[in-house]
Amino acid sequence: MSSETNQILTTDGIPLEVSLKKAERRNKIKAFLLVAPLLLFLLITYVFPIGDMLMRSIDDKMVTEMLPKTFKAMEKWDGKELPEEEVFKAFYLDFRQLVDEKREGKLSTQLNYTKNGFKSIIKKLRRKSKSFEEGNYKEQIMAVHKRWADVEYWKAIKRRAPAITGQKYLKGMDMYKNESGEIVSVAEDRRIHRILWLRTLEIAFFVTLFCFLMAYPIAHLLATLPMKYSNLLMICVLLPFWTSLLVRTASWMILLQQQGVVNDFFVWIGLVADNARPEMMYNKTGTYVAMTQILLPFMVLPLYSVMKTISPSLMRAGKSLGGTPIVAFWKVYFPLTIPGIGAGCLLCFILAIGYYITPALVGGASGTLISNQIAFHMKSTLDWSFASAMGLMLLTGVLAIYWVYNKLVGIDNIKLG
Amino acid sequence: MNKEFVKFDKVDKSYDGKILVVKDLQLDIEEGEFVTMLGPSGSGKTTCLMMLAGFETPTHGEIYLNGKAISSIPPHKRGIGMVFQNYALFPHMTVYENLAFPLRVRKIPKDEADKKIDKALSMVSLQGFADRMPGQLSGGQQQRVAVARSLVFDPQLVLMDEPLGALDKNLRESMQYEIKHIHESIGVTVVYVTHDQSEALTMSNRIAVFNDGKVQQLSSPDELYEKPVNSFVAEFIGENNTFAGEVSDISGGKCKVKIDNAEILANPISVKSKGEKTKISLRPERALINPSNKMDNIHSGKIEEVIYHGDHTRVRINLLGNNQFILKVPNSSANMDIKLGKDIKIGWNSDDARALDPK
Repeated sequence: MSSETNQILTTDGIPLEVSLKKAERRNKIKAFLLVAPLLLFLLITYVFPIGDMLMRSIDDKMVTEMLPKTFKAMEKWDGKELPEEEVFKAFYLDFRQLVDEKREGKLSTQLNYTKNGFKSIIKKLRRKSKSFEEGNYKEQIMAVHKRWADVEYWKAIKRRAPAITGQKYLKGMDMYKNESGEIVSVAEDRRIHRILWLRTLEIAFFVTLFCFLMAYPIAHLLATLPMKYSNLLMICVLLPFWTSLLVRTASWMILLQQQGVVNDFFVWIGLVADNARPEMMYNKTGTYVAMTQILLPFMVLPLYSVMKTISPSLMRAGKSLGGTPIVAFWKVYFPLTIPGIGAGCLLCFILAIGYYITPALVGGASGTLISNQIAFHMKSTLDWSFASAMGLMLLTGVLAIYWVYNKLVGIDNIKLG
Repeated sequence: MNKEFVKFDKVDKSYDGKILVVKDLQLDIEEGEFVTMLGPSGSGKTTCLMMLAGFETPTHGEIYLNGKAISSIPPHKRGIGMVFQNYALFPHMTVYENLAFPLRVRKIPKDEADKKIDKALSMVSLQGFADRMPGQLSGGQQQRVAVARSLVFDPQLVLMDEPLGALDKNLRESMQYEIKHIHESIGVTVVYVTHDQSEALTMSNRIAVFNDGKVQQLSSPDELYEKPVNSFVAEFIGENNTFAGEVSDISGGKCKVKIDNAEILANPISVKSKGEKTKISLRPERALINPSNKMDNIHSGKIEEVIYHGDHTRVRINLLGNNQFILKVPNSSANMDIKLGKDIKIGWNSDDARALDPK
């Protein structure tokens, strides 16, 4: 039978499918227009900045634009011996152009990033190049300084030819590309970023764990208490949520400092001597305590919303069938709360991994996270491309965690309320 | 057979220290019996069941199971099977795992457990469903799994808390018979809670009618229907015609009750002497139209409403000042002249008119 005979027609002879589409079109357009503002908002505030960040983090066209003729000439150079006269000539022309525009300083800074020693020889070249004669630029440039006759420096210039670079990402992992193009780690005493990444993961993991351990009983209580008590408890859980993050962090500073309330109390009950007050702030302890308290509601709420749906008769059934309260809890109740645990942990971990204000205020040197480093590069060194690269690495990490979680638990099993 | 397999001995229960939801409950259940606790909601029947299961503690008194006081035994050590109102199947376990749960916690070896599970599943005719999740089953199937799970570990006593409440009418009726047959075939003692009187009448050996925290009557279904001991039971079970009046004479196992201007001859159940207030209860099917002269109560009333029910017709009559008097008339050619507004004669035997408490 052909498909045409199978086609169902409406009473006026139009194919049913066409008719259905026509009937639904209005609603579809309406639905799209309703969400369009949000879609636009997301695009402008989310997709576009991330795209911009990505571009910034790999952008390296400054030198590419400053030495266009040189790089063109260098295309034929094999990079083993010193380049031919042609390259030297192109470099001289590019360089003169920069000197005229007073941009040779930027070039020396940029090239110095790639290899130390460029600063002084570029200064020298600028002075000497004023009196260069036409022709045989190779000899004249090499005569300026012996480094100009060193092939390694020319190789360093060539490495800056591509307009994009992954160098910032390597730097974020304490690695770099050496002269021969291999990716190697920096010296052990200069590896600060790896420590920060590991510390960020460690703090996020333990904060999530502490939140879980504290939130589970609270959420259970919330879900099982009679209404009048559970409402009060719910307000207690949410009250910090409604207070400004800064205020909460500041109050932790008051509590945890060496002359603070907690230490005073410890001294008063005789737990510690007055002259040996422990430092609970400006280190990891401070970060743990404050972040756990601040992220607690994010764990309580998903757990609560899942526990609320678990019928109390299930625990009763478990007990009536002969399970001790512990068995009934572990085999019946706990597995049913896993969607809430997953949601809460994912939420807490992702929030913790990018936390900024609290570690910045109470973390001190040993309690700061990668986000503080990102902020440092944004505000102090103004190395935005490096900050962008680290931000993207953080984002990739979060997406990776999300992916692993989806593989392990299944994102459909998540319940946020 | 143990006559006092389950014994509630002077049990009181209060949740808030102000109101007693169960008052001085005295109840014996025989081994192998199917006893239903029947009553309106809030009558204390579910509380009794929960105390028996161990989820509530009696405020006063003691419950005995097979001669042992069980108030201090936690639920998981009582060995009582239970079927819950909303089935309470573990949603994250397959049917097999649900049934295996009570066997695993009892450390029964796997091959023996598998045999028991097979047997329990075949009992509720759900062979081949072992690997399904509860969410993939219909309400009736879930209910059967719940029944199988409560029986799989061979408990001596099974409690059922309105287990059929969520099913539709047809399924409910077929499940009633199924549960009844399972009970008959394995001889387990069942305590069943429901507020549906037809369910109770169909399934039970004995029914305990609860109201206001007390057992109003505990007897077999036929006795409960035919011989209610008080007005509450008479009105709660089945349909009932009532006349409120005052005893004017009592002698020789009969009494005369004065209602407005007329007098009814009745069977004195809870009245003892002249002048007592009483309520007479009469089942609709015990009153006949066109009565023979042998009946000792014959009165005439006006037909107010006729409702056709297929096999019978319900006729509402204004009789002796009661315009809610219901008659059930079988649909036969002899009774074709029932018309609205007609006066008809109605008669009944004084034995069927039970003079109960005035309530």
